[in-house]
Amino acid sequence: MLRDAAAVVGIGETPFAKHLEDSERKLALRAILAALDDAGIEPAEVDGLASYTIESTDEVELAKNLGAGDITFFTQVGYGGGAGPAAVGQLALAVAAGQCRVGVAWRSRKRGSGGRPWAGAGAQPSAPAQWTRPWGLLRPVDEIALLTRRYMHEYGATRDHLANVALAVRKMANRNPRALMYERKLTREDYMAARFISEPLCLFDNCLETDGALACVVVSAERARDCRQPPAYLHAFAQGLPRQSHTMVNYWCDDPLQGPAWTCARQLYQNSEIRADDIDVAQFYDAFTPLVLLSLEGYGFCKKGEGAAFTQDGALEIGGRLPINTSGGGLSEAYVHGFNLINEGVRQVRGSSVNPVAGVAACLVTAGEGVPTSALILRK
Amino acid sequence: MPGEALLPPIDPEAAPFWEGARRGELVIQQCAETGRLMFPPRSTSPWAPRRDPVWVRVSGRGTIWSFAIPHPPLLPAFSELAPYNVIVVALEEDPTIRLVGNLVEAADGPINGPEPAAIAIGSGVRVVFQRVSEAFHLPRWVLDAAGGD
Repeated sequence: MLRDAAAVVGIGETPFAKHLEDSERKLALRAILAALDDAGIEPAEVDGLASYTIESTDEVELAKNLGAGDITFFTQVGYGGGAGPAAVGQLALAVAAGQCRVGVAWRSRKRGSGGRPWAGAGAQPSAPAQWTRPWGLLRPVDEIALLTRRYMHEYGATRDHLANVALAVRKMANRNPRALMYERKLTREDYMAARFISEPLCLFDNCLETDGALACVVVSAERARDCRQPPAYLHAFAQGLPRQSHTMVNYWCDDPLQGPAWTCARQLYQNSEIRADDIDVAQFYDAFTPLVLLSLEGYGFCKKGEGAAFTQDGALEIGGRLPINTSGGGLSEAYVHGFNLINEGVRQVRGSSVNPVAGVAACLVTAGEGVPTSALILRK
Repeated sequence: MPGEALLPPIDPEAAPFWEGARRGELVIQQCAETGRLMFPPRSTSPWAPRRDPVWVRVSGRGTIWSFAIPHPPLLPAFSELAPYNVIVVALEEDPTIRLVGNLVEAADGPINGPEPAAIAIGSGVRVVFQRVSEAFHLPRWVLDAAGGD
């Protein structure tokens, strides 16, 4: 287990936009160099790399462009939005085990400029997709809409609860000049009047489409004490792929409303001195608003079926029970497969967030619910 | 036909499902050891990986477990039909076996036929088969007043 043996000492990112000129590789390098500058560490010292299997720049290209040293640990984690905390967590385990000394994790993506994966060349169904796509279940939003409708039916949740998530996260972005939605206010009336994408989910239940890249630097706790920035210690890390689970279309299990977050959380808290009750702020993967309700339950902030009710009375906003996605998250800052949630978790622990939560001791960062997933607990 | 652009790949493990559909039968894989139904089809049963699964015909009756109404942006063939319905049906024999499908008003009806407001979780449905190509007859569902929660 990690138990603070490694720390994030540098974070970096490019601007976020609907369209950026640079290539994904160039954006990745810009973000990584910014993170190394933040840490006060030279590129030649980098000897560990971690990213996503869907990342377009491989380790060879990345290392030779960056001017990295000999790389002695490299890994890529699968399942798209499930990968972010796992990339950082695996890097931290490698650092703690002495497999590398200066690790860099990153994600670069031009989703704003590029096509939508569900509409691309892979539109022909893969073997698993043969059970969904011929009937017009085409997009991730449709897959989550089916879970959401069932959730509403079982627990009495309404669109107002989903709006609570969208509005709370938008308010965070409205105070973050880096967020794509910085100047775009969102009211409950706007939310209710928005067009549907896949009923019961409307436009504002969906994340943004963004170009941008982010990175962070991981070193040992000992080295972290000599870096430029206060360390964000990696207290606990877990991954979760439940038995008999399916990616996104997890209808073929006993209880589709109890997803990978539950497996991941059990392992996370088993190796943690910090419990859900001790967590002051959370960055939940928010490709779709209902994922936040499911994650609140899975990570133990409320009981199963109570995620919707939890969102009431400004609970997710600054001053509420559990402020979430304090940079604006994927819904309102940038959608870069959740890496912005990691960097914002680090800022909360450092005290440098644009939406600082008073007296933060620990921040939870989660990956996507509904896919094989991962999570981190960062602490001061 | 909307399904045509998105017909399933030739998957040997799933072939009996599609053969059944061409006969107008809904067939599901079953663990030869425990008798538990399995979906989607697998190479082996997770409960008895050393014994080959078998295929059994099921009643073709179930209840609507959930549904969604997709709106554009969609692939062109589906955009023309939007808004249409996608439903998940829990089978009568084992409600944890859930098939993605569409609610239609008749075996040859379109997937945007039923009024969204008339679709409800818990409604009883029974399977019908729509021929979208020689190889593929897609199971779809019509309301079945006799069933449901």
